[in-house]
Amino acid sequence: MSIYTKEEAQKLLQKVLSYSKADECVVTLSGSESGNIRYARNAVSTAGEIGRLNLGVSSSFGKKTGNATIDEFDDASLQKVVQRSEELAQLAPENPEHMPLLDPQTFGESIGYVPATAAITPDTRAEAVGKSIQVSKDAGLQAAGYLENTTAFEAMMNSKGLFAYDKDTDVIFTITTRNEAGTGSGYAARGFNDVTKLDTFSATKIATAKANGSIGARAIEPGKYTVILEPVAVAYMLENMFFGLDARNADEGRSFMSKPGGGNRLGEQLMDPKVNIYSDPFNTELPSGTWNREGQPLGKQSWIENGVVKSLSYSRYWAQKKGVSPVPGPGNVIMTGGNESIEDMIKSTEKGVLVSRLWYIRMVDPQTLLLTGLTRDGTFYIENGEIKFPVKNFRFNESPVIMLNNVDALGKPERTISVESYRSYLVPPMKVRDFTFSSLSDAV
Amino acid sequence: MKRKEFLQMAGVGLGALAIPKLPFGARLIDPAEALQGGMDVIVKKQLADIALNAARSGGASYADVRIGRYLNQFVVTRENRVQAIANTESFGVGIRVIAGGAWGFAATNDVTPDGVAKTAQRAVAVAKANAKIITEPVQLAAQQGYGEVSWKTPNVKNVFEIPLKEKIDLLLNVNGVAMSGGANFINSAILAVNEQKYFASTDGSYIDQDIHRIYPNFNVTKIDQASGKFQTRRSLSSPVGMGYEYLTCPPESKVAGIVTRYKDRYDILEDVKNATADVTQKITAKSVDPGKYDLVLDPSHLWLTIHESVAHPTELDRVLGYEANFAGTSFLSLDKLQSGNFHFGSKLMNIHADKMQSGSLGAVGYDDEGVRCGEWELVKDGVLVNFQAIRDQAHILGLKHSQGCCYSQSWADVQFQRMPNVSLRPGKDPLSVDDIIKNVQKGIYIIGDGSFSIDQQRYNFQFGGQTFYEIKDGKIVGMLKDVAYQATNQEFWNSLVAVADERDYRLGGAFNDGKGQPAQSNAVSHGSATSRFNGVNVINTARKIG
Repeated sequence: MSIYTKEEAQKLLQKVLSYSKADECVVTLSGSESGNIRYARNAVSTAGEIGRLNLGVSSSFGKKTGNATIDEFDDASLQKVVQRSEELAQLAPENPEHMPLLDPQTFGESIGYVPATAAITPDTRAEAVGKSIQVSKDAGLQAAGYLENTTAFEAMMNSKGLFAYDKDTDVIFTITTRNEAGTGSGYAARGFNDVTKLDTFSATKIATAKANGSIGARAIEPGKYTVILEPVAVAYMLENMFFGLDARNADEGRSFMSKPGGGNRLGEQLMDPKVNIYSDPFNTELPSGTWNREGQPLGKQSWIENGVVKSLSYSRYWAQKKGVSPVPGPGNVIMTGGNESIEDMIKSTEKGVLVSRLWYIRMVDPQTLLLTGLTRDGTFYIENGEIKFPVKNFRFNESPVIMLNNVDALGKPERTISVESYRSYLVPPMKVRDFTFSSLSDAV
Repeated sequence: MKRKEFLQMAGVGLGALAIPKLPFGARLIDPAEALQGGMDVIVKKQLADIALNAARSGGASYADVRIGRYLNQFVVTRENRVQAIANTESFGVGIRVIAGGAWGFAATNDVTPDGVAKTAQRAVAVAKANAKIITEPVQLAAQQGYGEVSWKTPNVKNVFEIPLKEKIDLLLNVNGVAMSGGANFINSAILAVNEQKYFASTDGSYIDQDIHRIYPNFNVTKIDQASGKFQTRRSLSSPVGMGYEYLTCPPESKVAGIVTRYKDRYDILEDVKNATADVTQKITAKSVDPGKYDLVLDPSHLWLTIHESVAHPTELDRVLGYEANFAGTSFLSLDKLQSGNFHFGSKLMNIHADKMQSGSLGAVGYDDEGVRCGEWELVKDGVLVNFQAIRDQAHILGLKHSQGCCYSQSWADVQFQRMPNVSLRPGKDPLSVDDIIKNVQKGIYIIGDGSFSIDQQRYNFQFGGQTFYEIKDGKIVGMLKDVAYQATNQEFWNSLVAVADERDYRLGGAFNDGKGQPAQSNAVSHGSATSRFNGVNVINTARKIG
């Protein structure tokens, strides 16, 4: 059994803590059960199932900490893991950044667990994939895709009495369809906590429409274009920025959030006033865990408000050093939008490019957050409010900070998944002017 | 390559995280535990036989079992303090079967007779569920059983046996050199890997292997307070298939030049001194004028270009479309291979694949489906001559046997085709780096790998580096910054006009070559000697925000 209930976890953690002789002790218990199926060329290639359960103990004497983990749960093993962490703590160098444990906190109940997702079997996965392959075959295309479901829980308890528990389920599905000649390609990605929302049939329909619609792409000159980015492209482009909202890096002078001459950009108008980015573990579309590994509760937190840098995350250590309140990093990221559909955005565009997806994004310069990457799986030229023809893929060199200064319109936010990080986001499609395409690619 | 995950693991990313990410299923252990022998090979054989029998009696026509113990050690520091020390162990079993013509896989950390038998049955159940929707049964190339055999990384000074204090002291010394040299920050780390893998299959092989790797590294940061700009310079070390002996560097392992580079050994204290000087110089270096340049690429840089532009597109699973949904496909095709006249590059382009080269990350005795490893040509005199294939792909290339490049990152992941070491052979005629530079009129000499990005069919790529030197009329005239080059793959390799001889041949590599869903990391090296590519497009990457 890899999934413990809250009560079972609490009981086990209490028992482990009763063995502790350290000044401070934190015990964590986590488990997961997951299954996956992968297919290509309209046939299943690999599939598997894996379960795991792990207990971690962190013991501290003064500023010296030792960690040990174990995956056996008899009393002797539990005593042994506590003892080993204490021995390691005695041997460890002092950590000048050590922070005392938190007292008990109040955590909201997480809303990420859905029994239907936890009940998925190999047959359920094979059936969902069977539907997708049929859609691809009917469209005369080759499908390659992946479906994975996970049920996981995490619990922690410390020697000051803090106890926290989260359980969630997750299912992700990604599909790429291509024609035999290799001249057209389309993609769709879905991620949910609730598998009943997953429709592999309709997602594959979207991918096949993109694939057939992208055949016969023409080359247009690279340069600066107005672009309409679909949510999956927005997620890839912005996640490097989401990961970088940390005060310490900024204060140390080595982040795009560093202020020339010292300090950080908190309070600065860094982006267009339409830009609002926040996190909220209780968002029903994109729930997240309600606490972090330091035992801090996660609540709704605004990061960018009307284009102004509203918050940066402060670890407990850095907050103390700077004399401010700690701000835990985001458990999820949500960007607000408007009501415009992608079709509305196309209609209002005189000349531009519709981008379905971006790919292989890497940091070129961390001080400006300059990124490079390419378009993929459906890139289309827009003129006078209409899609005119598919175009060859581009390489771009662009900073998401510059991009969010050039926002013309935001659409309705959608839950989407980045396969670069396997994280889900709730982000809108967006129309952005002066997006820099630097060269052409022959890739389809 | 999965950069983000790697940086997180290495703890050398910008604003590095203190705690390294644990590999899946791994547990933290006492350093002394890493030196204990683990499960006896006789017990492993008994458990493997239980699993193979359970799979066969469940209806499997083929089965293999991998009992794996994966040890990692991370020692991570910044400036004057230790950020993290962790020893991890991951122990479990992965069982792969063919039933009803389809693959099935299951894994567990319950390595007991009952645990492995149940897991084998689970793998069979997964295969049978998949068998309902397959169109063609798996065709597995014939493979002889080797009986009971073993292999070990040769001549290793086991990193796990070196006292932690010695590693901490070394890294804090490295940090001290940088800080006293005027750096603002330094992150440094030593990462060590030991894979103890036991493989058994219904073909009659029982293979016990002990594989060692190490990666010492650092990243120095210098901030110009006035402008708020910062520059970094990473170590010129490489992850290698060696032990702690990598850090003892005799003079013959050093390559003299504009900055010292390293062959099969590494002098970390010398390199950090050079890096601190480099990063200071980078602050005031000239921002590059974009345009066409002849590029002279050092092996510490070129390995990554080879990795992305040659090693990945010659993976047969990409060529066929098996990676279409994630890592991508390839601009290469079976037609291009079969034509026998696809000119990937100039006549100087000779690329070979191998899983044996001493000190390389790919070196093992047998791959993860029980095939003895070897060497083969991929590009000969510029012409594409082969791909990389494993047992269930060999028939597609008309091969009777696998090329032996199947790998899984752990017991918990299914094995599949992963690249071997893929290397550019050195030039046959005597040619030094100085000889190459003296003939360049307008060029850039690039050392170290930097930012990298390539499209999903491997046509268009962009690479940065660590340090860049302007070459004018045959001479290095100063340092440049904000440099990245973009090229189209085939055009780039056809612009290869000079390759230094074997005296300059060196390996680079990565622990974190990414592919597959669920994504897996593969450790791989790429050898080359300094090479010249003519007329490559260079862009300027400087921007302004806020």
